[in-house]
Amino acid sequence: MKNILLIGLFVATVLCSPFVVSPYYATLVITMFGYSIALMGLNLLFGYGGLLSLGHAMFMAIGAYTVGVLGSKMGINSFEVHLLAAASVSGLIAAVLGALCARYTTIYFSMLTLAFGMIFHSFLFKFYNLTGGETGISVARPSLFGHAFSEISKTRFLTGPFYWYSLVLFLVLFALMALIVKSPFGQALRAARDNPQKTEFLGVPVLRVRYVAFVVSAVYCAIGGAILAVSIGAADPELAFWTQSGNIVFILVLGGLGQLFGPLVGSATFALLQDFLMANTQYWRFAFGALLAIIIVVAPRGVVGLLARGFGGRR
Amino acid sequence: MEMLLRARDLTKRYGTFVALNNVSFDVTKGEVVAVVGPNGAGKTTLVNTLAGLHVPDAGDVLFEGRSVVTLPPAARARRGLARSFQLVSVYPSFTVSEMVAVGAFSRRGRTFNMLRPASWFEPERSEIASVVEAFGLSHRLDTLCSALSQGEKKLADIASAMTLRPRLILLDEPTSGIASSDKHRIMERLLAATESLGVESLVLVEHDMELIARYATRVIGLRAGEIVADLPPSQFFGDPDVIESIVGKVPGHAHG
Repeated sequence: MKNILLIGLFVATVLCSPFVVSPYYATLVITMFGYSIALMGLNLLFGYGGLLSLGHAMFMAIGAYTVGVLGSKMGINSFEVHLLAAASVSGLIAAVLGALCARYTTIYFSMLTLAFGMIFHSFLFKFYNLTGGETGISVARPSLFGHAFSEISKTRFLTGPFYWYSLVLFLVLFALMALIVKSPFGQALRAARDNPQKTEFLGVPVLRVRYVAFVVSAVYCAIGGAILAVSIGAADPELAFWTQSGNIVFILVLGGLGQLFGPLVGSATFALLQDFLMANTQYWRFAFGALLAIIIVVAPRGVVGLLARGFGGRR
Repeated sequence: MEMLLRARDLTKRYGTFVALNNVSFDVTKGEVVAVVGPNGAGKTTLVNTLAGLHVPDAGDVLFEGRSVVTLPPAARARRGLARSFQLVSVYPSFTVSEMVAVGAFSRRGRTFNMLRPASWFEPERSEIASVVEAFGLSHRLDTLCSALSQGEKKLADIASAMTLRPRLILLDEPTSGIASSDKHRIMERLLAATESLGVESLVLVEHDMELIARYATRVIGLRAGEIVADLPPSQFFGDPDVIESIVGKVPGHAHG
């Protein structure tokens, strides 16, 4: 029941927004898609795997910079190539870092990922030629399925073709994640979170399960980052700064940790709230801080949990 | 008789403390081996070493004739050497059927299958149902583990190891934390279920002498990390000196 209502609301919103709301809000929805995809990855690792990463902004930035470098520096405009490259580069880097990180849990895992995130952030400044240093690199409009859409304005491109492209990408990745969390792998990951020792004795190689979740989460974050880069029009080091890693954890907890709809609801709530608060008060960070405290205390399952309670749902 | 598990000269030290000292014994098909001894005798260390949680400082563990001493716990479990824990260990957020499913997938090498919902795997589903039924928990298939009674948790915990189709299972105090009035019922259910599911031998750490006398076919007495008795229960319990030297008559040593 809860799911049907949520899905109905979601479908109505995303189908209507390009026609009804201003271009500004339509771009906001793209941002929401980007964050949702990244958060799905983080949710797999943190929500279902119990591993709190404080460095996943790195993988979002890898996605964003891949689009920037390929488009602006190498003249490759195909967004499909961008996505494939972003996913591969991020997955490869995660495969290397994960070999170390996935051996740790709790605060040690968090600190390791934080450390690698900081190292990556400083790399962005160091390799100025590739990354543009402090200013970052601009992200040119990519082509979608070979169409450059050069006849329409940037805004029309974003609120038109790119909007639908991102929506489809979001839906595909959402369906895939829904499958992953219900699959034997998803169950093993949750089992490893709840009781790693027992899980190991049930024949599950716990470290390898965590490792795979780490890599998958990095791929999702990179794809989310790639979408954000196009909608922002730039990839800058802020995206990789450690506060951004904390930010995405915040959005996920806001939406609902370990809930399938948590990433979507979290990023929608965040995008709308941030927009509203920033327009109305300079103390928006204060409001967010207070909101997080309230969520943790009264709604540990986030906005998804609140909605479920409101609809009288079971969970 | 076919030998299933062999401990050969197992030694495990923690610093200067010797938890296991040259422990050797065989478990053959059909045996129910009870390991007894005072606290700190090395019973749990023995179980942990056999199951793969500890690597011994010396000695070997053979299962079905092959050395498994270098294998991690997960690999031993998939080969059919399972265990349960002293403290009830269930996944609070799992339903009984989800918990029992974990071993069913790992045994078939499907842990890393990501592209199909777990509930769509038919052979696993019927296997889960039959395992849960053997433990008398069919009415609890879709109950959250956290909502089970203490006795049901114990049974569900052991049931979750049974989808590994183990030939031998190590049970660390299967009736700890259970009211004494319930112990026989749980124990009988457990023995009947494991037997019907093809478990050939059991090794259990147990404090309750009455249970041991009734269900074990062999008693191994451990003291200070060494085997000091390895007898059938009739002889073990027939000799007060043996009991006293191993379990101790001093109050507070027989339990805990």
